Amino acid sequence: MSPGEVSGAGVSGAEMSGARSAESLLRELAPQALGAVARRFGDFSAAEDAVQEALLAAATRWPADGTPDNPLGWLIRVAARRMTDQYRSEDARRRRETLAASWSLATTAGPVPGEDDDARDDTLILMFMCCHPSLTPGSAIPLTLRAVGGLTTREIASAFLVPEPTMAQRISRAKATLKASGEPFTLPPPDQRAGRLRSVLHVLYLLFNEGYASSSGPDLARSDLSGEAIRLARALHASLPGHPEVTGLLALMLLTDARRPARTGPGGELIPLAEQQRSRWDRALITEGTSLITGALRQGEPGEYQLQAAIAAVHDQAASYAETGWPQILSLYGRLERLTGNPMVTLNRAVAVAMAEGPAAGLALLDGVGGRLGSHHRFHAVRGHLLELAGDGASAAAEFRAAAVGTANLREQHYLTAKAASLAAGGAEGSG
Amino acid sequence: MRFMLLQNYGPVGSDCPPMTEWSPADIRAHIEFQQVLNRELVERGELVDAQGLAGPEQAQRVVSDGAGVPVITDGPFPESKELLAGYRLVDVETGGRAIEIAAQASAAPGPGGVPIQQPIEVRQVLSAPDPEM
Repeated sequence: MSPGEVSGAGVSGAEMSGARSAESLLRELAPQALGAVARRFGDFSAAEDAVQEALLAAATRWPADGTPDNPLGWLIRVAARRMTDQYRSEDARRRRETLAASWSLATTAGPVPGEDDDARDDTLILMFMCCHPSLTPGSAIPLTLRAVGGLTTREIASAFLVPEPTMAQRISRAKATLKASGEPFTLPPPDQRAGRLRSVLHVLYLLFNEGYASSSGPDLARSDLSGEAIRLARALHASLPGHPEVTGLLALMLLTDARRPARTGPGGELIPLAEQQRSRWDRALITEGTSLITGALRQGEPGEYQLQAAIAAVHDQAASYAETGWPQILSLYGRLERLTGNPMVTLNRAVAVAMAEGPAAGLALLDGVGGRLGSHHRFHAVRGHLLELAGDGASAAAEFRAAAVGTANLREQHYLTAKAASLAAGGAEGSG
Repeated sequence: MRFMLLQNYGPVGSDCPPMTEWSPADIRAHIEFQQVLNRELVERGELVDAQGLAGPEQAQRVVSDGAGVPVITDGPFPESKELLAGYRLVDVETGGRAIEIAAQASAAPGPGGVPIQQPIEVRQVLSAPDPEM
C-alpha cells in the first residue's frame, strides 16, 4: 500500500447530513457502550474490540434499517454477543486464564458498586485508562480516539497517514501494555487523580496540536483531529466542570482554534499572527473561550493551560498585533516561565518584551539564553524576528536562514526561507 | 516522527560479493530477513511503507526546461552506485528508535549469514509546524 493510497482513504464526498448525524451519535454513545460492556465482562481490552465491531455494524445497518429506538442498548447487546461468542469459542482453560488476567471489577480497591456507574464517569474512567502513564503519547492518542472518541481504526489510520494494519497493531499493543499494568476499570484512587489527570490533559493537548498544526492544504483530513480533541475536552469538562485546568485546556483549544480560518493562505502557507486578517477569526469561539478562562482564573493560582489560554485570550481580543496588550502578555509569560521552567516560554517572552519595551530589550533577553538554546531553530527564528524589528535586515536574514535549516517542519521551513529571501533582497518592510 | 531509511546500490561495510553471486539459500535468507523485519515493524505499529526500487538498468533520468521536449537519458548511469535501491518509511516515537531500526536493517545477512553492513541513510521527514509558530 502506498502512502498516497492511505492518505486518500478519508472522507468520502458523498457524505450526507444524515450520515453525519448517525456518525456523531455513534461517537457519542461509544464510551457509554464500552463502559457498560467492560464492566459486565471485566475485560477492557476484549470489550474495546467488541464495541469497535458493534460500531462498525451500526454504521452499516442503521442507515439501511433505521436507527433503533434504544441505540445505546443496541450497541451494548451486539458487543456483548460478540464477547460471549468469543469466550465460547475459546476453550475453558484459556477462558479462565483470560478472566483471571483481565481487569476485574472485583478488586479490593474498587469503589462501592453503583457509586460511579453513570455515563459521565465512564467517559472519565476511559480517559484515565487510555492516557495511562505507562503509554507513550503516540499510543495513548490513537487508543483514546478509538475507545473514548468512537473513531474507527480506519479513520484514525487515515488521520495519522499510516496504513490501517500498522495503526491496528499500535492500538492493540497499547492495550496489551495497559493490561500488563493491571489497571482496574475504576477511577484512580483520589491521591493519584491529580497526576493522572495531568497525563489526560497532556494527551488531549498533543492531539489538538497534531490537528491544528496541519489544518489545511494536503493535510486537510488531519484537521478533524483538533475537532476531536475539542470534543473530548468538552466531554472531560462535562465530567469535571469545576476543575480549572480542564477548563483552561478547553478554553485554550477554543481560543486557538478561533484563529484557524486566518492562519493559512490559499496555498496552505503559514500566515503569522502579526499578519492575520482578524475579521476572519471565529467570534463565537473567542466569546466562549474567553468566558471559560475568565471563570477559571477566578478560582485561584492558575496552572499552565490557564496561563496559555489567558495569553491566547489577550491576543484574540486585540484589534491588531500592535494594539495587543503586550505588557499583560509579558506578565503572563513571566508566570508561565516560573511555573514550567520551559526555555521555549522564554523565547515567547522575548517577543513580548520586544513588543512592550522595544527590540533591544528582547534581544538582550535572548542573549541570556543563547548558551542553552543557541542551537535550536526557534531561537534563530525569534532572533531573526527581533533583528528585523530593530531594522537590521542583513543579520535577520542570516538568522532566518539558520532557522530554516534547523526546522523539521515543512511549512515553517517555507516561511523561514521566504522571510530570509525577502530580507536579503533588501525588502525589509516593517512587520505588522 | 517520521523517518526515511534509505539504502543505495553502493559498497557495503563487509567485503561480500554482489547478490548475483550468492547461493540461492543465502538470497532466500536475505529476503526472508527483510520480510520478517517489515512484519515486526507492522506489529510494533511503526511501518508506513517499504519498497524496493527497480535496478539502475531500468532507470530513466528526465530533464526539462518547461518548454521544449524533455531530455530523457536511459540507465545505467555511470554513478549508478549512488542510486536509491529501496527505502522504509517508519513512524516512530523517537529519533533513537529510527537509528535502532536502521542498525537492524544494516545487519541484514549476506553469504553464510554474515551481516553485510549495508549503509542506511536516516532522514527525518518534514512535518507540519507547531501551533505557536
